[in-house]
Amino acid sequence: MASNAASLASNSTPLATKAASFRRQHRIGRAVIYGSLFFMAAFYLMPLWVMITTSVKHLDEIYAGSFIGLPQQISFDAWRTAWSEACNGTACKGLKPYFINSLLLTIPAVIMSTGIGAINGYVITKWRFPGSNVIFGLLLFGCFLPFQAVILPMAQTLGILGLAGSLPGLVLVHTVYGIAFTTLFFRNYFVSIPDELVRAAKIDGAGFIRIFVSIMLPAALPIIVVSCIWQFTQIWNDYLFGASFTAGENAPITVALNNIVNVSMGRKEYNVDMAAAMIAALPTLFVYVVAGRYFVRGLTAGAVKG
Amino acid sequence: MSTLEIDRARKLYGELEVLKEVSISIGTGDFLVLLGPSGCGKSTLLNMIAGLEEISGGEIRIAGKVVNDLSPKDRDIAMVFQSYALYPTMTVRQNIEFGMKIRRVSQAERDKAVKTAADLLQMTHLLDRKPSQLSGGQRQRVAMGRAIVRQPKLFLFDEPLSNLDAKLRVDMRTEIKRLHARLGTTIVYVTHDQIEAMTLATRVAVMKDGVVQHLDDPQSVYDRPANVYVAKFVGSPSMNIIPARLEVEDGRPVAAIDIPGAATARLSGISLSSQAAAKYAGRSILVGIRPELFSVAGEQASQALTVNIDVVEPTGPDTLALFQAGGVEVTARVPPRAVAARTSATLAVDTGKIVLFDADNEQRID
Ligand SMILES: Nc1ncnc2c1ncn2[C@@H]1O[C@H](COP(=O)(O)OP(=O)(O)O)[C@@H](O)[C@H]1O
Ligand SMILES: [Mg+2]
Repeated sequence: MASNAASLASNSTPLATKAASFRRQHRIGRAVIYGSLFFMAAFYLMPLWVMITTSVKHLDEIYAGSFIGLPQQISFDAWRTAWSEACNGTACKGLKPYFINSLLLTIPAVIMSTGIGAINGYVITKWRFPGSNVIFGLLLFGCFLPFQAVILPMAQTLGILGLAGSLPGLVLVHTVYGIAFTTLFFRNYFVSIPDELVRAAKIDGAGFIRIFVSIMLPAALPIIVVSCIWQFTQIWNDYLFGASFTAGENAPITVALNNIVNVSMGRKEYNVDMAAAMIAALPTLFVYVVAGRYFVRGLTAGAVKG
Repeated sequence: MSTLEIDRARKLYGELEVLKEVSISIGTGDFLVLLGPSGCGKSTLLNMIAGLEEISGGEIRIAGKVVNDLSPKDRDIAMVFQSYALYPTMTVRQNIEFGMKIRRVSQAERDKAVKTAADLLQMTHLLDRKPSQLSGGQRQRVAMGRAIVRQPKLFLFDEPLSNLDAKLRVDMRTEIKRLHARLGTTIVYVTHDQIEAMTLATRVAVMKDGVVQHLDDPQSVYDRPANVYVAKFVGSPSMNIIPARLEVEDGRPVAAIDIPGAATARLSGISLSSQAAAKYAGRSILVGIRPELFSVAGEQASQALTVNIDVVEPTGPDTLALFQAGGVEVTARVPPRAVAARTSATLAVDTGKIVLFDADNEQRID
């Protein structure tokens, strides 16, 4: 008995050390993982850090060579200048008018492209007609069409429509270009909603529009959010279409930002440039913070099960 | 409440003929079950009655009125789907009300209809829940409630119980039967489960490959199936189909069945017209015997088979005894412990109830 107990005790020692060493390894592994994650996050956030600190520094301080360090004195003058005074080569009104342009452009384009995409997805999945698959295939093709490929024909079209150089013209361009993506989103979402739901609604007496509004759209909330975020980001951040299809007063914020940064009279005002760049980026950031939860949910979750 | 006439209805998907001149006619208050294996066209036919699929040929009449070109909402029908098809973002109450709202029924009437249906189906406490918060059986109830408030001429059910577990399925089956007895509305009900068909139907249409094989009341379909296919599809364990020879002795038909290792069994007392007996005399036929037509008898019994029992399978209330006859495996339903495996037994047959089939086209011979 005694020897048994002794052997048990002596046995338990290596086991205990094993467990301890396992825990230690575990902890080291954790440390490595978190360490590298932290490093990568820091690396990724570095430019943002530089932007924020630079934008609140005095210009003299920047030219004195402190680029990464904390500001000695925080001042929001650069932000005010960027917003309402900075010059872009033609006028010195800051970003404000172009920010408004971008809002006037992005909001209707997001709403229209998402709306049309929703209807397309609804028709392609629930009101199939001969050739509907072909149409979907062509729309899919539109997703892979590079911006550059559509610029010339688009310019011609806008000219014919009399929308060249105008904001409505740019709204049209973004709406049309976005339909391929939004249709894909909604089609893939609606395909997982059972057809029997539509059949039940038809028997209840609902028609095309009623089924769309009362049954499909409420069930599609997550993908509506996804589509809106996607489209907002794309359109707000677009530079090429904006530069190609608008001029002067009608330019979106991205084009104006470029002009402000490129115009140099005397010393280059890095703090104003940084503030301007951040102003241009704020709305997309805002959208992600407000609706980002839904974004992940909408991308991962299928439709509601009947 | 109304009659339903399906008159040579056809359905084509391009070249593919899914339904071939289906004709079924039922009266007011009938419970028609469309029974058949998966893919035989039951749902297609139901959807054609509902107006969800176009009718490629023939006519469908509800209450005497041709509905071929009417949209679903104008046919005065209600339907319960296999997946229940509840609107996921609406509460139970909103689900039930949806159709009435579209038909512009007043709020007061809607409330009354919802209350009546909820009382009938005992789901008053569920009215404010979303479908995702309900169990399968509860969703089934809601789907039925949605159909009931319509007060239609015709209820259509497409495999409503096949998503439920076995116990619940039996309960809901009874509930549907009770509902039918109470409301008296004509029902068309699709299923691949022959027990559901037997228990619920007043009329059964057994289908195969888009053709109605047999249309009759369930007991008749069970007792005198139109062909071998129906005989095997309805009933569990299914009817024994035993190759035999028809002989005529003293002007009476006798079925001779070869038994391995024993004398050929000769069964008389079969109900068969004299013309048929004359026509098939001396030819091979198929004898259809339900397992329960066998009974354990003494060695001297007439109308009996003396066989070697291969296997016995107790089921509780009775035991299935398996043996060889006519070159096929035959199942007999006998009392528990009446026979033992690997022994010889004499089984009498209630020959008045056996059915004969043509060996070539497998149709019933009368
Ligand atoms: N839209 C369609 N296009 C082509 N064939 C179809 C279509 N819908 C159903 N079918 C075919 O019709 C047959 C009957 O289908 P269905 O009525 O759903 O069978 P069941 O309900 O009896 O299982 C099946 O072979 C099926 O493949
Ligand atoms: Mg089916």
